[in-house]
Amino acid sequence: MAENVRPRVRVPATVAAGETITIKTLISHNMESGQRKDGDGNVIPRSIINRFTCDFNGQNVIDVTLEPAISRNPFFEFQATISESGTFQFTWYDDDGSVYEEQKEIAVE
Amino acid sequence: MNLTRRDTLLMALGGAVVAALPMPVFAAATEDQIAEFTGGVEPGTGGITLTAPEIAENGNTVPIEVDAPGAVSIIILAAGNPNPGVATFNFGPLAGSHVASTRIRLAGTQDVVAVAKMADGSFVQASQEVKVTIGGCGG
Repeated sequence: MAENVRPRVRVPATVAAGETITIKTLISHNMESGQRKDGDGNVIPRSIINRFTCDFNGQNVIDVTLEPAISRNPFFEFQATISESGTFQFTWYDDDGSVYEEQKEIAVE
Repeated sequence: MNLTRRDTLLMALGGAVVAALPMPVFAAATEDQIAEFTGGVEPGTGGITLTAPEIAENGNTVPIEVDAPGAVSIIILAAGNPNPGVATFNFGPLAGSHVASTRIRLAGTQDVVAVAKMADGSFVQASQEVKVTIGGCGG
């Protein structure tokens, strides 16, 4: 497991029914591309997050496939349409098999 | 060795060819990836917006945004990177609008390409050149 992986997600706490909201996510991760070399000229092996998904009440919002060309600390901004109160489930899948998860509640006014 | 004017010209030409070689190689890899994504269909234009800075000082983190109303999925490619693939966005039923932004690495000045698959099965493409001052691939 990569060290100090911390997901951060920004979601509004409340929303009017049917409204479209903007979600911002960021996770601290080195995203080692597999292109860099260490001081002795050895290639540093690739170690990235290769998939990110966001679901709301079991329904998919966005599913992103990441390649090594995504910057360190992968950041995503996207939008979702919300018609009911519920829970966002954010999931990041690491190359090494680790899965990082974060949940956010949202209430419809 | 006696260098005639013709020899000099030929050598210069040879140098230019060698210098130009890597670009078509990268471009071919990008074309392959696009063909794989579209299943060989030639993507059209319009209906997709790719927003990227004209000049990126740091190739390690270049903010980009794609907007393709009605898209099912969008693939981002960087033609001048060692591997052209950058990211694939698949939009689910709850996606509010088909907009996504992220930050990417660029090895050098190059074209960033976005291809979107529309709900009706057609494909559209947009590209923008980004000038990179410091490449983002590390040593």
